[in-house]
Amino acid sequence: MTADARARSPLADRVADLATIGAELVPFLAQVDLRVDPAHAGLAPYALPLEPNTAWHDDHHAALWLGPDEWLFLGPADTAHEIVTALETAFADVDRSIVDVSANRVAIALTSDDRLELLSHVCSLDLDLRAWTAGRCAQALLGRAQVILLERDGTTPVLVRPSFADYVVDLLLAVRDATSGVGP
Amino acid sequence: MTGRRVEVGGAWIDRSRPIGFTFDGRELTGFEGDTLASALLANGIDVVCRSPILGRPRGIVSAGVEESSAFVEVSEPRFEPIVAATMVNLVDGLVATGRPGVGVLPFDPPPTTPTLHRHAHVEVLVVGSGEGWRPAVEEAAQRGDRVLLVEREPRLAAAGDGVTVLTNATALGLYDDGYAVVHERGPGRDTLWHVRAGRVILATGAHERPIAFADDDRPGVMLAGAVRTYLERFGVLPGERVVVFTTNASTDGLSDLLRQAGAEVAAEADVREGWAVAGTDGDPHVEAVHLVGPEGERRTVEADLVAVSGGWNPAAQLSRAIGGGLRYEEALATYVPDGTGPDWLEVVGTVAGVGLPPSAPYWYTPADDLSTHFVDLQRDQTVQDVLDAVEGGLRSVEHVKRATYIGTAIDQGRTSGVLAAEIVNAALGWELGAQGPTNARPPYVPVPFSVLAGMDRGPALLDPKRTTPIHGAHVESGAVFENVGQWLRPRYFPEDGEDLDAAVERECLAVRNAAGALDASTLGKIEVVGPDAAVFLDRMYTNRMSNLAVGSIRYGFMLGLDGMVLDDGVAMRLAEDRYLVTTTTGGAAAVLDRFEEWLQTEWPELRVVCTSVTEQWAVVAVGGPGARYVVTKIGTDLDLAAEAFPWMTWREGTVAGVPSRVCRVSFHGELSYELHVSSWHGRHVWDAVVAAGAVPYGTEAMHVLRAEKGYVIVGQETDGTVTPDDLGMGWIVNPSKGDFVGKRSLVRADTLRKDRKQLVALLPKDPTALVVEGAQLVRSADLPAPPVPMLGHVTSSYRSAILERTFALAMLKDGRAMRGGTVWATSGGHMIACEVTDPVVYDPEDGRRDG
Amino acid sequence: MLLVRCPWCGPRDEIEFRYGGQAGLTYPADPEALSDEEWADYLFMRDNPKGPFRERWFHTAGCRRWFNAVRDTGTHRFVATYRLDEEPPV
Repeated sequence: MTADARARSPLADRVADLATIGAELVPFLAQVDLRVDPAHAGLAPYALPLEPNTAWHDDHHAALWLGPDEWLFLGPADTAHEIVTALETAFADVDRSIVDVSANRVAIALTSDDRLELLSHVCSLDLDLRAWTAGRCAQALLGRAQVILLERDGTTPVLVRPSFADYVVDLLLAVRDATSGVGP
Repeated sequence: MTGRRVEVGGAWIDRSRPIGFTFDGRELTGFEGDTLASALLANGIDVVCRSPILGRPRGIVSAGVEESSAFVEVSEPRFEPIVAATMVNLVDGLVATGRPGVGVLPFDPPPTTPTLHRHAHVEVLVVGSGEGWRPAVEEAAQRGDRVLLVEREPRLAAAGDGVTVLTNATALGLYDDGYAVVHERGPGRDTLWHVRAGRVILATGAHERPIAFADDDRPGVMLAGAVRTYLERFGVLPGERVVVFTTNASTDGLSDLLRQAGAEVAAEADVREGWAVAGTDGDPHVEAVHLVGPEGERRTVEADLVAVSGGWNPAAQLSRAIGGGLRYEEALATYVPDGTGPDWLEVVGTVAGVGLPPSAPYWYTPADDLSTHFVDLQRDQTVQDVLDAVEGGLRSVEHVKRATYIGTAIDQGRTSGVLAAEIVNAALGWELGAQGPTNARPPYVPVPFSVLAGMDRGPALLDPKRTTPIHGAHVESGAVFENVGQWLRPRYFPEDGEDLDAAVERECLAVRNAAGALDASTLGKIEVVGPDAAVFLDRMYTNRMSNLAVGSIRYGFMLGLDGMVLDDGVAMRLAEDRYLVTTTTGGAAAVLDRFEEWLQTEWPELRVVCTSVTEQWAVVAVGGPGARYVVTKIGTDLDLAAEAFPWMTWREGTVAGVPSRVCRVSFHGELSYELHVSSWHGRHVWDAVVAAGAVPYGTEAMHVLRAEKGYVIVGQETDGTVTPDDLGMGWIVNPSKGDFVGKRSLVRADTLRKDRKQLVALLPKDPTALVVEGAQLVRSADLPAPPVPMLGHVTSSYRSAILERTFALAMLKDGRAMRGGTVWATSGGHMIACEVTDPVVYDPEDGRRDG
Repeated sequence: MLLVRCPWCGPRDEIEFRYGGQAGLTYPADPEALSDEEWADYLFMRDNPKGPFRERWFHTAGCRRWFNAVRDTGTHRFVATYRLDEEPPV
């Protein structure tokens, strides 16, 4: 949660629906978009994954590969400014773009054991346990919505534009409703 | 009564579990494992429906997808308007009625249960479980590759390790690169699988085909293999006295099987020995069968079942539909896959022709009268119909198909296709196999639209509407919404029973005389960052953006390479190497994609990158002479005086206690502050602004206000054929700049044409007359004989509250030279005279914008 | 639904991509020097062979990179995909 009393998170009114899906809202996640020549990746204060569609993560932070010269940093609420400052300092001498995009996408974390099977109803990525392991990420389509998926140990965060967030929740709710009562 | 249940066979039914069902109003019983067809036969029902065109009684011919005769409508438990009785698994409470081959959708169709879709990735997909599939996947399964087998029937032999099996699962089609769509029928809910396979193995087997003879559509004429199937799988004997009519060895042993079940074999007519069935008698069911011998000798026998085998056709439809060809195999008298087609597809077993019995080529029993030798039962088409088509000049089987409709019904020509093709070949004097059956297309069997739709149904999921973070406030205010592209935006905010016109009038006057608030969060926003950001924007816009001062804002046009206006927006210079660019609501994604295209494919040397921030920022636009008062009231640390904060500049500060970038831009000509805040703060700032007295206004009022100032809306005044000069905005093209996208096209001969349509305003002579948007403009109320010269069209039309009159914007040929003159708008059956004027009808000196 | 091999992301469904038409068309160095016919030729005229064709594709729902491809227009099938700064395979 954020210390900012005037801030409202998208999906704050859909927490119950998220629970039905097997997901949690991660409100006000700090998100910073970095674009820099991959040749300078070593300057970063956190490890920058160079292999496509992989992510580095520890307990509180993550760095996701979005493109050959683009990364998305994730951190706890209220730390976007810190992340921006750290990146500005690290890349001060080279061409770079560092943009706070924390409000540009809302984060939900899928937590149920069957979350990858749930996603397989709406996502055409190969989510088989051999292909989709902790440390993998991808930009993909969930139904009609473009999202970013990340696999961590035991949870799958999903980042989606706020204007598509209700649709994604409605879609996963419809799938959950359809699959309940049907055994694994 | 002919068919009945017998003790022998019945491997697929459970005789300890009876099932009650209703057919044509009669309550009947079958067993679990029955199909509707087997249960009907077991109950001695011979006539299932009538043929669609001739109304002839029809019974059950096959035991599978190749059924072309017995069609029913199922009303319980799940509605299906038309389906073959052989394809309906018997369930408790099933209610069905015979239908003459054409389904009828009730006016109020019963609701359908949403189908789940499911994506799967496998190394090997096996379609069907015909012989030969197991060796083909042995290696893969042992290696631990993912192997999936889909079988249309409810059962198959045990699969073994490493193979996932789906039954009641039909592959509807194979598509590019091993993509397969599989319809799995569930007891409650269906699933549509999207399978991406590295390899696909087709083990779909073969379909028996009949032989045509007089009245071969009479109930009691069945495919020989089906007779065997009904005995072995369902324990049903379809008749007591049987004639076997065959061209091949697949019927060997059938007679013994029939006798074991308690039937008599009245005759065996084998064309290889010169015997054939010439016709049948009986009403409605077969009672007598006429045979003809090699010397022309005639015999008639009493019988109630004719088991026919004209040969076997490999079920290669899935392969054919993806480009796999066929060749005629003389020994088998049929068409087999010829080895062409995608390299990821393999055919094994009988679908490849392996293990099929040799067959004599025999298509129909010759006769003087061929008019009841049915070839395609579902289309009521006979041998005579095929010959008539050839007689009429048609040669290609594809043309004969279109003329006769043979092969176009639910069975898709499985029993009729080869017959029809060979009849055509023979009639033309061509050799066997000269033309094969017409092409196959997906779906393999019919599939309901609701299955294909999956969860793409209903307003929330089929066409999701995007909303801003302030949306809740609009709903609470009772706003009426409209669709703007994918977004749902407030159109107007009616108070106390106001209609659209009353609300818009009030909202417009509020902005002109006091202060209004507009949720402008949907605008596209892109950060453009890098040492070459200015150079890049100079190339993408008509204006020069490189000399924009930090802290300033410039309105610009983006053109297509063809010189036509594509999008507009403002660019804000945030720093030497950083701009924030806005786009139209509907153009955001397209503009960003365009930027990336030029940067990546044409100018990779430019040191600049783009990042979308459309939803990072909420935008509350406060406009009107009272705007300064409102922003002050919600609290700000910014100096809002006009000298300190000039028009077309931005300042960073706080508003309502939150960080904001405030822009002085105006889309309506009044004093205006656009408050850009984190979208997390959007609702808070909106609530503060409204509490401070700003009147919420929607897109309708916004349209009127900007039109009064002659400001264009891309996509309303422009349609992809309009240049900046056409809009009277030649000033927006910087003449001293280098090349930019679209520049060269502005000096094409057609772009420099004198009579191009130009933007004007129209003032109807009757100030209460509202011209319809889209109205055509003509020179005179007295229309000449067609073709009437069209001078242009009305792009926007409104009632102006502040001017207390109607007005319109229009694109008019040579419009600027026509100012002061009169044109007529053809509007809803009336002719409305309009004075042509300059597009800015209100405050042309821009005196109001500083408040 | 083609399977498109993005040079970065690997194989993905066609729906994630946008087709970009013929590859290898360079924006003219001096458009002002071209006649209207020459300019129209650059804007609108494209090759249309049956067989291998050099194309551009954009991974719009993925890594958002443009890349080149050689694809057989007769069979729909991709022969190869490669980065913009790479040479087409022989």
